[in-house]
Amino acid sequence: MNTPAAQTLHDPASRGRLLLTLLMLALLWPGLQLSELDLSVLFAGDSASAMAQFVAGFWPLAHDGEFLRLLWRATLETLAMATAGMALALLLALPAALLATRALSLSALSRGGRPGWVGQLLRWPVRGLLIVLRSVPEIVWALLLVRALGLGPGAGVLAIAITYSGMLGKVYSEIFESVDLRPARALLAAGSSRLAAFFYGVLPNAAGELISYGLYRWECALRASVVMGFVGAGGLGQQVDLSLRMFAGGEVASILLVFLVLVLVADLLSRLLRWLLV
Amino acid sequence: MKGNRFANLAVLLLLVVTVVLSFRFLDMNLAELFSAEGLRQMGDYASGFSNPDFFPQHLSAIGRGALETLAMSAIGTLLAALLGLLMALAAAGRHGLLARMASRFVLNALRSVPELVWAALMVLAAGLGPNAGTLALALHTTGVLGRLYAEALENTPAAPTDSLCLAGSGRCAAFCYGTLPNIWPQLVAYGLYRWENNIRMASILGFVGAGGLGQMLYVNLSLFQEARAATVILAMLALVLGVDALSSRVRQRWVTA
Repeated sequence: MNTPAAQTLHDPASRGRLLLTLLMLALLWPGLQLSELDLSVLFAGDSASAMAQFVAGFWPLAHDGEFLRLLWRATLETLAMATAGMALALLLALPAALLATRALSLSALSRGGRPGWVGQLLRWPVRGLLIVLRSVPEIVWALLLVRALGLGPGAGVLAIAITYSGMLGKVYSEIFESVDLRPARALLAAGSSRLAAFFYGVLPNAAGELISYGLYRWECALRASVVMGFVGAGGLGQQVDLSLRMFAGGEVASILLVFLVLVLVADLLSRLLRWLLV
Repeated sequence: MKGNRFANLAVLLLLVVTVVLSFRFLDMNLAELFSAEGLRQMGDYASGFSNPDFFPQHLSAIGRGALETLAMSAIGTLLAALLGLLMALAAAGRHGLLARMASRFVLNALRSVPELVWAALMVLAAGLGPNAGTLALALHTTGVLGRLYAEALENTPAAPTDSLCLAGSGRCAAFCYGTLPNIWPQLVAYGLYRWENNIRMASILGFVGAGGLGQMLYVNLSLFQEARAATVILAMLALVLGVDALSSRVRQRWVTA
């Protein structure tokens, strides 16, 4: 069977893809220059030996009683920082999410789901605030708050509260909008208040996702707490910073090990809670 | 919520008790923090930031720092995507059980160490500057992307690749034409998502000396130049918002899976 080969078929997306590839290749050269990427330092003689010496200092792990007590307290501090920060973040995020979500919009009832211009205008500042709050990295807040409040976990708790309220608020408002909204709309149309429509119409459907995402963010907050400790916010991170400055490799290794175990335990705990509650 | 009501209430009560204990343990006196004196102190500190420094000299330094941070995050994520894909092939079991276990172990080790610790290690090896930051991001993100890519590979049907191999093509070509078109949207989506995360991390890796806006911020804050620090924070904010917007546009337009 011979088909006429007169017309060569061409892929309509090929030109766009070619231009995109060329653009990325063109940006690759200045990118490599600016980032000064040099993989050879990982394998070069003196830097490799510096790393090897550093890693060799990890053994033996520090395990004297006093240090272990210090480590235990630091672990509890990190856990407390993450939990307290998340609690404050939830306190701020839930009202903000209720204000920002389009699920409780009365003007959307007659417009098939999209609020009128007044509704959109009033919701826009809250959304903008949430986006700004979550865009500044929490460690920047921690750095500022440590200088304002002094060393210690207080700065870390507030930094997590500020950043994570933005994250939780935005995602919660989107979760409210993504569930089946017919019960809530029916309640609103029948004349209930927005809060009642939320508690009886939206929350029963959305609760599972809210808890899931909240627990995921708690795990992230735990890791963030360790990172913020680097800039003085207490907990395991501050211990790592101190031990690094004193070149106490064994202590650094012990703390890193504890951190790994903590992350694992937090993962298991969050899975358990998700299984229980969702 | 499944399960009986009593168990649910018990778990919720336990969570509330944990939260209260956390606050007690930290000894944070929130009342004192938000009292008149505490707010005045914070207000004094914050007022130093209310007048950002917009002199051209500082702005050009910020421009250079922003480009450095952008390059660090982009090149680091790109490198991590390439390395992660290579390791994901082994981690998905395509080269045998031993390779699978070894590569999964390496990927877990890479992603468990936080980026800041990697950055401190890389500064030791590569010296101060954006090279350390790029390598640190690349190493950590390889672990994350490798794991995500391996899961994507495992969830892809093997039929196209198998039929190509049976028809006689080499393994590399079978992968490129059989598996890659299927998982390409997921690869790009995960990569872009990690880029959004890495632009935030790249800003702060500078705290340990890895260059970019983070290093500028650290220096400015250490010298108590709050006006300049405010401009750097605004630049960080603009960078993060820009990358988030770009990434979601690209995902909407090009990655319609």
